[in-house]
Amino acid sequence: MDILNQYGDQLLAAFVITLELTVLSALGSLLLGTVLTAMRVSPVWALRTVATGYVNLVRNTPLTLVVLFASFGLAQQLGITLADPKSPTSITDSSFRLAVLSFSLYTATFVSEALRAGVNTVPPGQSEAARSLGLGFMQGLRYIVLPQAFRAVIAPLGSILIALTKNTTVASVIGVAEAALLMKEMIENTSALIIVGLIFGVGFMCLTIPTGAAFGYLSKKFEVKR
Amino acid sequence: MSGPGTTMRNLYDVPGPRGKALNIAVSVLCVFGLTGAGWWVWSALAEKGQLVAEKWEPFLTPEMWLTYLLPGIAGTLQAAAFAIVLAIILGILLGVGRLSEKRIVRHSCGAVVEFFRAIPLLILMIFCFQLFADYELFPSTELAVAAVVTGLALSNGAVIAEIVRAGIKAIPRGQGEAAIALGLGHGQTLRMVLLPQAITAMLPAIVAQLVVALKDTALGYQITYVEAVRQGIQAGSAYSNYIPALVVTALVMIAINLGLSRLATYFENRLRSGRKPVAMPVVEKVLVPET
Repeated sequence: MDILNQYGDQLLAAFVITLELTVLSALGSLLLGTVLTAMRVSPVWALRTVATGYVNLVRNTPLTLVVLFASFGLAQQLGITLADPKSPTSITDSSFRLAVLSFSLYTATFVSEALRAGVNTVPPGQSEAARSLGLGFMQGLRYIVLPQAFRAVIAPLGSILIALTKNTTVASVIGVAEAALLMKEMIENTSALIIVGLIFGVGFMCLTIPTGAAFGYLSKKFEVKR
Repeated sequence: MSGPGTTMRNLYDVPGPRGKALNIAVSVLCVFGLTGAGWWVWSALAEKGQLVAEKWEPFLTPEMWLTYLLPGIAGTLQAAAFAIVLAIILGILLGVGRLSEKRIVRHSCGAVVEFFRAIPLLILMIFCFQLFADYELFPSTELAVAAVVTGLALSNGAVIAEIVRAGIKAIPRGQGEAAIALGLGHGQTLRMVLLPQAITAMLPAIVAQLVVALKDTALGYQITYVEAVRQGIQAGSAYSNYIPALVVTALVMIAINLGLSRLATYFENRLRSGRKPVAMPVVEKVLVPET
């Protein structure tokens, strides 16, 4: 209990950062993933090639490497820091934003894979009907195909969100003050390894298990009946 | 319509003259945009002196490979290989355990699987590392590799347990019923009838899981395990060429993983096109009707 009293505030702060990283990266990856999917199913050869190439490259790169790329490559070598260099918290801000950027870029590839599978579940008659009504490719995608595709892949998107929640721990590699970084610190400063491990285990279970349950419920609720 | 998009069922008609012109225009724009972005990155890198030959030449020397990159790649492959073998064993035990007739076995296996699926691998690795260090379970030189392998085996084992369970459940019910009708017990039915069918069907999913394990060894970076990413960074700091070092490391990892993904697809296609399938439980979260 001493540990909880001593580290309570820091624990809360660390898990809030974890949550922020998760939510922001989830939004970013959903957006980019949808764009990538649209590109991958588009009639334009160049867009298809670019998007497929991007997905295959990034998906097969370890996340740690993507994050380090952002930190060493973008921030240190190219000087893109994503934060106002004059502000007193610029280093923290910058590593946080770089982490969100890396997670979004990485997770978008998985979102795109899931969504493309979702597009495949939409019967061809749907987009044929859309075309016969005079809708163009983008309109058909936006109003007819993607809404049905999204509803078919709610459960996989939930798995991706859970994976993302767990992956945010990788941000500790560039010093973002999220849960894993605090865990390392607590292990060094206290001798209660088992309790520390338990705290973080339970902390993450509180984040991931409800997510899984919620997405399971949503996927049933919004399932496309065919 | 050729190219990578051909598996997509027709979301668009064969373009007419205007459509063709539009597609070409968008393609050209896209190529221009990419070239512009590429040129910007290139010139920014050149300005920082990352593109001069000295930064890249070390990759042609044996020292670079023997001291830095190859030990890293070996570490990555070694940890992933050990971990996946342990994970498959653990996964089969847990997966079968979840289908046990005894409620207590079923529920405890379920709890273990859910626990290791819920917590981040990095947290698990940090914990194992410290645990092994405190209780001196492994010699200090082997601590990192032990922690990486344990973490990977536990978390991948939990995933494989789910794959196994889904695989067994996807086998037509008649198989199990026939086995019982022949007088086989629950254990015999699983071992002699259901598992052999499930495992062949699971092969693609398991190879795909190997890619995940291989990528996740990079988490060992944070507990000082000698793997590809750590060695890439070390090389970068030794030759002060971070960007080239990271690029080369990324290319190596991507090549290995793409190879493995190919292998998974190959197994999948062989299973699909093989002789009339007894059970076709393709273990996938999304059902993808192939054309």
